[in-house]
Amino acid sequence: MTPTSSQSSFWSNRKNIELACVGAAAVFLIFIFPLFNVLGWVSNFTISVWGKYLCYALLAYSVDLLWGYTGLLSLGQALFFALGGYMHGMYLMRMIGDLGQYHKPIPDFLVFLGWTKLPAFWEPFASFPFALLMVFLVPGAIAYVFGILAFRSRIRGVYFSILTQAMTYAASIMFFRNNLLLGGNNGFTDFKFILGHNLQAPTTQRALFVATAVTLLLVYGFCRWLKQTKFGLVQQAIRDGENRVLFSGYATAHFKLFVFVLAALIAAIGGALYVPQVGIINPGEMQADKSLEAVVWVAVGGRGTLLGPIIGAVGVNALKSWAVRAFPDLWYIVLGGLFILVVLFLPGGLVSLPKRLSPLWKRIRGAGTPAVADEPRVELKSEIVTPKS
Amino acid sequence: MRRFWKMAVVMLVVLLPVRAADTPRQIIVKAILAEDESQKREFILSLVGQGDEAIEPLLTAWRKDSLFVYSTPEGARTPVELIGEKDAAGAQEGLRIEDGKPLLGADHQPLRLVGADQIAVEHTSSLRRAMKIVLDLIDLGAADPTKRIKAIQTIGQTQDAVKLPALQTCAKREADPRVQRALREAVALIQLKDPKAEVKLTALAELRELRSLGSLDFLYRTIKEAEAAKDNTILKPARAAVQAVEQHRSAVDFFGTIFRGISLGSILLVAALGLAITFGLMRVINMAHGEMIAVGAYTTYLVQNIFGAGITIPFFGLSLPIPGMNLTGSAYQWYFIAALPLSFIAAGLVGIGLERSVIRFLYKRPLESLLATWGVSLVLQQCFRLMFGANNVQVSSPVYLSGNWLVNDIILGWNRVFVIGFAILIVFGMWLVLSKTPLGLLIRASMQNRTMASCLGVRTERVNMLTFGLGSGLAGLAGAFLSQIGNVGPSLGQGYIIDSFMVVVVGGVGSIGGTIISAFSIGGIDQVLQQYLPDWAPGLAWVPGIGSFLQNLAQDAAVFGKILVLAGIILFLQRRPSGLFVTRSRNLDE
Repeated sequence: MTPTSSQSSFWSNRKNIELACVGAAAVFLIFIFPLFNVLGWVSNFTISVWGKYLCYALLAYSVDLLWGYTGLLSLGQALFFALGGYMHGMYLMRMIGDLGQYHKPIPDFLVFLGWTKLPAFWEPFASFPFALLMVFLVPGAIAYVFGILAFRSRIRGVYFSILTQAMTYAASIMFFRNNLLLGGNNGFTDFKFILGHNLQAPTTQRALFVATAVTLLLVYGFCRWLKQTKFGLVQQAIRDGENRVLFSGYATAHFKLFVFVLAALIAAIGGALYVPQVGIINPGEMQADKSLEAVVWVAVGGRGTLLGPIIGAVGVNALKSWAVRAFPDLWYIVLGGLFILVVLFLPGGLVSLPKRLSPLWKRIRGAGTPAVADEPRVELKSEIVTPKS
Repeated sequence: MRRFWKMAVVMLVVLLPVRAADTPRQIIVKAILAEDESQKREFILSLVGQGDEAIEPLLTAWRKDSLFVYSTPEGARTPVELIGEKDAAGAQEGLRIEDGKPLLGADHQPLRLVGADQIAVEHTSSLRRAMKIVLDLIDLGAADPTKRIKAIQTIGQTQDAVKLPALQTCAKREADPRVQRALREAVALIQLKDPKAEVKLTALAELRELRSLGSLDFLYRTIKEAEAAKDNTILKPARAAVQAVEQHRSAVDFFGTIFRGISLGSILLVAALGLAITFGLMRVINMAHGEMIAVGAYTTYLVQNIFGAGITIPFFGLSLPIPGMNLTGSAYQWYFIAALPLSFIAAGLVGIGLERSVIRFLYKRPLESLLATWGVSLVLQQCFRLMFGANNVQVSSPVYLSGNWLVNDIILGWNRVFVIGFAILIVFGMWLVLSKTPLGLLIRASMQNRTMASCLGVRTERVNMLTFGLGSGLAGLAGAFLSQIGNVGPSLGQGYIIDSFMVVVVGGVGSIGGTIISAFSIGGIDQVLQQYLPDWAPGLAWVPGIGSFLQNLAQDAAVFGKILVLAGIILFLQRRPSGLFVTRSRNLDE
């Protein structure tokens, strides 16, 4: 998808522009923004809100990797995000120790449910490395099992979407129950410490923000690298014509399975970083609606692009934060309407806007010549639709 | 003392036939005027088993000190009840107890009396106890058999031996077989507490024959007592009785589960049928299908209000008053019938609007139709919230849907029976439309091969629009029905959307027959799991490590059952990726 530019200047190469933008944004988020916070120019609240946006951007990457690059519309990414959050949340719950409302050595909700002893599966979560391992292991294992079942029987397209949605739904109704011993309706909250540091302290929040920004940068770099490897090419080929790839001798199911697990892991990291910054995780985070919202971010930003997920996640959520306060009644109408409009009129998302506008821009400048810089557009063909003969 | 009361009840039961001479009101007058306390008590107790509605308020009034004896200057004594507000002088209206009519003075005008000036009717503790017995047994004489049954069951469950004779007398003159049965059960339950072994044994034999579910707890208690006393003569028949009742219970559970499974299957079918058209035939992933159901439900709500007092709907700052017809009684009950076609039309129109504005651009891009229709569903949900409020609205059930039949202890709710019948009806209707009408022919032709149909002059654009309208209209019709079964709120549709998609996918996309079979299978399996999971839960203990945890989960049968069903569906699709019925196609990508 790299454009072939006829000009040699650095700034006319879109890849260079993108890299420069990303570099600038990274420097800003990793160094300048926290520095402003230290100086008091940026409030702690802003830091935590932006930390949340960046976590959502990670979730958006996991959607983009599947939907944008592999053509798998998964409506279950919020589940992996929330599972990562829950695993980290269990560690944070253990770290509260006996400082909870009931001053017992077990989490408050367990006391409330009548437990006097910690259930066995809660024991090892006092160790951070174990929790970290679980952040990867649990979502990864679930994605692996589900992926094997789904891809082996060649469940594709909308069927895959519907099944992932059903899986998310099943998990969420399970997590809503108290009997699962994971906090039920209220989930986990009231965290106190992480790795011995006070979680409420601005320094801790700042460190978490920087960690999120660095993770995001790494994920961006990884996706950028993956995209141009042979694997990445096969992945995109599967999106554009799975049967041809299959008949060329590639086991597409294995490729898809790998991407699915990978995407689940990225979502899980996002969730694990989300929980300490937002301070709460509950089953509301794993509903199918949340997955669809993440898909909206990617669609708005531009799927199948590397910048789209970040732009979409940050943009839509910033819009949401503002709109929820300004027009609390109309927010969902705005979100729904935005989504309909993007799907109908801007399938490439915001990222495609400059390219779409460039012929217009040229005409305004009176260049007269038709746009040549337009790269051949990759049709995002969907699975099911083919002309019936 | 207790024995005395028992004797008293026996006595008055013997006296019962005599009572025909006096109305209950006259008896109460006599009781008030009687000099001797034991005489008073006899009169009161003679009220047992009489179904007159005057007894309860009068006796209650007696106990609350609002009965008085009014004496005329000539010395005639009239018991009266003082009721109503006290006026400035503290006087109240007086009603003659004898006939419930106002007490008239010499001038034939109603008299107003001051309570403090009259002789209050006294009540001693023994009289109060007599009154309590009468009040406890009052419903035994009620005209309504269900009321009688309820009273009898309450008495049976308290196992109060004092009331046994009254029950036995009732049994002699009771004609209704259901009441007879309840009486036998209550008598047996009371006898179960009898210290004499032979009485207990007859009671056990009776309960064994009756197989009443209500007696189970008492039987278990009897077994426990017998075990404690090591009384083998009782223990064996008690166990036999428990076994008989348990057998009956499992049969009731079994058939009840089947009925609930069929009814849930019908609900799923009704909800999924519209989707079977839009998704199955047209291959449009309509995530707003649930909202179409909600449109139907809200239309029912509107029609109900139009038949009633009217409603004002706020919408984007405007308020739209809808006048009501203020119907009452049976005319009002028709609202539901009127709502059925209207909800079909309303949802159908919304569907056509949706097809024209969004979906027609996305026929070639099903994944994107999923996303766009999800956007539509968000917008619609918010519109419901703005128009009807975020809370559930009240849709009342018409009388013909709010009762139930009790067939051999299995409860058959009328709304559930109705939904089953309705499901059959709309499946039949849809079959007629699709296979017997010109529109159906065009629909099938366009859906099978859009290009070819179009070449032959079918206006496929129009057919698409109508088909989508038909599917959405069916969803609206489902909404009208579901308003009788669940809550009606802005997120009503969300509860059905996933189930509906599952039903269509399992049935095989494009196959209406498959949708029917899968709806009933999913409904049936779900109900079976809900019913029997708690029983199977102990069997999960063997799972290493998480056995007790799984047991815990299985107790939440409704949720765990649903999860198992979803897991089962995923596994089922392993074996049959295209569902139960595959629509054959040469197209590789189908």
